[in-house]
Amino acid sequence: MPESKPTAGARNGRAIAEVTALLADYAACIDADDLEAWPDFFTADCHYKITTAYNHAKGLPVGLIYAHNRAMLEDRVVALRKANVYEPQRYRHIVSTPRITGGGVTGGDGGRIEAETGFLVVRTMHDGTQDLFASGVYLDRIDLSGNRPRFAEKIVVLDSDKVDTLLAIPL
Amino acid sequence: MTDAARATAIPPAASPVWPEDGYTHIPFALYDDPAIYARERERIFMGPVWNYLALECEIPEAGDYKATTVGDMPVVVVRARDGGINAFENRCAHRGAQLCLERFGNARAFTCVYHAWTYDEAGKLIGVAFEKGVKGGGGMPPSFRRGDHNLRTLRTATRAGLVFGTFDHGAPALDDYLGPEICGRIDRVLPRPARVLGYNTQVLRNNWKLYAENVKDPYHASILHLFFTTFRVNRLTQKGGIIVSESGAHHVSYSMLDGEDADAEYRAAKLRADSDEFGLREPALLEGRDEFGDGITLQILSVFPGLVLQQIRNNLVVRQIVPTGPEGAEVVWTHYGFADDDAALTELRLRQANMVGPAGYVSMEDGAVGAFIQRALPGAGGRRSVLLMGGEDVGSQESRATETSIRGFWKMYRRLMDL
Repeated sequence: MPESKPTAGARNGRAIAEVTALLADYAACIDADDLEAWPDFFTADCHYKITTAYNHAKGLPVGLIYAHNRAMLEDRVVALRKANVYEPQRYRHIVSTPRITGGGVTGGDGGRIEAETGFLVVRTMHDGTQDLFASGVYLDRIDLSGNRPRFAEKIVVLDSDKVDTLLAIPL
Repeated sequence: MTDAARATAIPPAASPVWPEDGYTHIPFALYDDPAIYARERERIFMGPVWNYLALECEIPEAGDYKATTVGDMPVVVVRARDGGINAFENRCAHRGAQLCLERFGNARAFTCVYHAWTYDEAGKLIGVAFEKGVKGGGGMPPSFRRGDHNLRTLRTATRAGLVFGTFDHGAPALDDYLGPEICGRIDRVLPRPARVLGYNTQVLRNNWKLYAENVKDPYHASILHLFFTTFRVNRLTQKGGIIVSESGAHHVSYSMLDGEDADAEYRAAKLRADSDEFGLREPALLEGRDEFGDGITLQILSVFPGLVLQQIRNNLVVRQIVPTGPEGAEVVWTHYGFADDDAALTELRLRQANMVGPAGYVSMEDGAVGAFIQRALPGAGGRRSVLLMGGEDVGSQESRATETSIRGFWKMYRRLMDL
């Protein structure tokens, strides 16, 4: 009998494709300094946090950035543009293949995907100085129910405790 | 070590020229000279000061330890079986290898991985592998005494759950070192057992003193940090002031809202959020509780040489300034709350944490501004920075347009460094 539903493997494949495309767009948005478009990658009631592997492993809740909705992300962008003082700098994200850890692409409301994806960020300062600024993993919960996939939760877990100088642009 | 012994042990620094008395003109050479850096290790960090080591809640049980630093020197802080706190150098007396490799842990004894020399909870040498040799050969000579090879210890003391240590066993008592006003202000933000909410480390590309000065500098606050002005957060009429300890070494800068309850700021911002394109979209960041019941919304406290205790509304942080070389430093941020906090109060602390740290709305600039000075040092040799705001003296002042507490830092620094 023909099976109209995709197999588990195919579902996983579609989920990987969805997350890969979303993260490619997400990274391109930040790396192109199109920060005004960054909050729209998140649902209105999203949770976004940048933390460290140590804090995450020990269940210590504090974040370097801790937002409980999209409005806080919008405030962050305005602060970066108008309030905070930092030298011109840009990021280059290198994002790994996502590992699907839960959910999947379904029909109807589109579903929800949980994924873990490694990343590296090289920071280039205005004078050309380059450093490996951050490495870590995105722990994402992605909501597929809207007109585009959005992060309902994005926990950015940095491998290191150490942040060089300051973290202005989001990861 | 006596002053005389110190004077002979360390050659006087060659380069800094600090001809004038007082604390109003600071030679730039102090920020990048390796000889000065070495002298600071001996005279300041190993001298008659109390260095922040840990929060007591980080090492609650017997055998719990934390590996940290005093200045740039590795030390271990251990909760002893009798409930006391020991601290000793994190360096085996045999070949000098680091003993504790983990940041936190629990141990009955400390064994070096290299040759298994073992120390007890007080840093006393209790075991030497093959001390009597193997099958009659080798081993330590008869003159070897374990007691000659104990780890160098620090004297420890606590105040309101903060653990301090000093290498100078003749240093004044901790409370005398801090003075009554600083003690009172420490107690204020640590009235109950603390609980750590998380850590991070900010790497600074500048000398440690530039960060220490920045912390003691209320003059720059509304100029460099534009977050509140940009979002037109109504700061109302604030009163406050600067307290400088008698020694000049420590300070408190504080402000409180005058005649209004502190929530007025949040309510005003909330109204603006809906009506004003320049307001915060999510004013919950400004929501807080007057948890200490005194209306003080900001208190920045420093203890010479490297501790900063910060309250910004309900966000409470211990910052430890760690020198990593003449031209580098790190700030270790330890966010804390209290063991009996309810979930709502913890949430307020976490939200407000957005304001501080490497990504902090009102502090990220502090991570860079020291490097702006450090980078500009070449060619500054022989020149001096100017600290004349608020006069030439060191003392408590009501105005925050002052550099009095930075001068206090240099008063203590100069005395200890004998420059």
